[in-house]
Amino acid sequence: MNIFVCVKQVPDTETKVQPNGDGSFIETSSIKWIMNPYDEFAVEQALLVKAANAGSTVTVVRVGGVKDTEALRTAMAMGADEAILVEAEDNLDSYSIAKALKGAIEKSDKTPDLILAGKQGIDDDCLQVPQVLAEMMNLPSVAVIVGFEQNGETVTVKREIEGGALEVYEVKTPCVLATNKGINTPRYASLPGIMKAKRKPMQQLTLADVGVSADDRRVKYSDFQLPPEKPPGKKFDAMDEAEQQKVVSEVVGLLRTEAKVL
Amino acid sequence: MANVLVFTETNNGNVKPVTLEILGKLNGQTVDVAVIGDLGDDQVKVLAEYGAGKVHKLKGDNLDKYSPEGYSNALHGFISSGSYDYVLAGATSMAKDMLPRLATKFEAGLASDCVNFIFEGDTFHGTRPLFAGKCLAKVELSGPKPHFATIRPNALGMPESPTAGAGEASEASVNAGEIRAAIKEIIASASEKVDLTEANIIISGGRAMKNSENFSILHEMAEVVGATVGASRAAVDSGYAAPDMQVGQTGKTVSPSLYIACGISGAIQHLAGMRTSKVIVAINTDPDAPIFTKADYGIVGDLFKIVPIMTEELKKVVD
Repeated sequence: MNIFVCVKQVPDTETKVQPNGDGSFIETSSIKWIMNPYDEFAVEQALLVKAANAGSTVTVVRVGGVKDTEALRTAMAMGADEAILVEAEDNLDSYSIAKALKGAIEKSDKTPDLILAGKQGIDDDCLQVPQVLAEMMNLPSVAVIVGFEQNGETVTVKREIEGGALEVYEVKTPCVLATNKGINTPRYASLPGIMKAKRKPMQQLTLADVGVSADDRRVKYSDFQLPPEKPPGKKFDAMDEAEQQKVVSEVVGLLRTEAKVL
Repeated sequence: MANVLVFTETNNGNVKPVTLEILGKLNGQTVDVAVIGDLGDDQVKVLAEYGAGKVHKLKGDNLDKYSPEGYSNALHGFISSGSYDYVLAGATSMAKDMLPRLATKFEAGLASDCVNFIFEGDTFHGTRPLFAGKCLAKVELSGPKPHFATIRPNALGMPESPTAGAGEASEASVNAGEIRAAIKEIIASASEKVDLTEANIIISGGRAMKNSENFSILHEMAEVVGATVGASRAAVDSGYAAPDMQVGQTGKTVSPSLYIACGISGAIQHLAGMRTSKVIVAINTDPDAPIFTKADYGIVGDLFKIVPIMTEELKKVVD
């Protein structure tokens, strides 16, 4: 099987986000970049499918800044075979990213049997790219999957919806599947894996190479700002057992009379 | 004035509350509502009270169950026959899955998960959180119309005195087209609880819960006030709680009226996911835990002592 995994490189979850000078994005100069956590599940799932289907290849594709290639190197260190990097600004919108991914996949010498991606990037949190890509490529899609079973050309996947209920889908390959936490446990890259990844092929393309221009942008952001800080709240010491009943009664009372949420 | 279509889902026959929030905010625009399947007269009346002009019930084969392709094909056909400038929907599981496909059929843009919006003339200006709420940005759409947006439940709030609309109900026949990814079965959740993203009250446990059994004390408190139980990443990764309970940047972003954090220290990525909660209560033994910087009411104490007392106190309030 030809398996493609779309990955994004995002600021580490512990990043303290600061808007940049003109408010057009965040300050990225000192950011530690990581593979989008939801994409790790997609890479892992691709490697599991590869192991179960002899002769498969896993190609990771990313659209974004080229200064740091951490996400693609990590995916290859985990076991992906090759990578395609499409150079773009880090705050491209979902429509442009999906179109670039489509262009890159179609430009490769492989016809996709399975396209995997994380359900959302933890940077812009849009939850769009996998479905937009599927629509652009005229493929079926199932997003937010927490279960995967393959039976020849049919895959049965579980999609998580509100309240933890699951929709069970049956879909034929080729298709686009977007992974959620819970589907598998991503492996760590081994030291030999990391060494090997350095020699694996990484093709670099421009947005023009994959047919994307500034006209493809559909969503434009401005005025990035930090959310308003809350005024400091009230703090009660209840380490002493004798204080506990009094403190809790007072807090519950305040929730009712002051905060009016009960 | 913009011509807006609001897509709504139903839950046990009732339109989702987020639809009414959106309708209230759209007062002043020309607003229709579309639903796939049936809708009772009482619900049409509710939509009218909040400003719906026409209420379109879209009917066709293979639409009894949701499918990304069937629903987006059906809506694509219906929307193409009208002249809508915007299509809005609540940011529910279904809309978040389906609207990207639908918008792409129009080669149009979609602003996901907006927490506020205004219309200047007939142009939509949205506000949405990025980085799980670590920052906010203004969002504008360009390219072919209609433009699409999903709105986060509980963010706009219910309108106090909405302007009523005509609420003229009609049926339209739509085509689901080819469905390659179809639902075979739905596995109901073990709990009947409201989803974290829609919950009015959330009680979350962190690493200090020590094991999954101890979560029962949170479930007991949740039972009293009709809350949904959540968890921190540390608790999920330690196996104390299921992944779908995780609140934070790599879990769910929530904004309930009341968030009670029990034994959660408050990593940046957790705070990002719950900071927009209206009122936050934190219970933690460490007086310097970062969670206290976001808490309206902080209790420095042992959660295993505090939670049972709080459950009893809440019982008194509820009774």
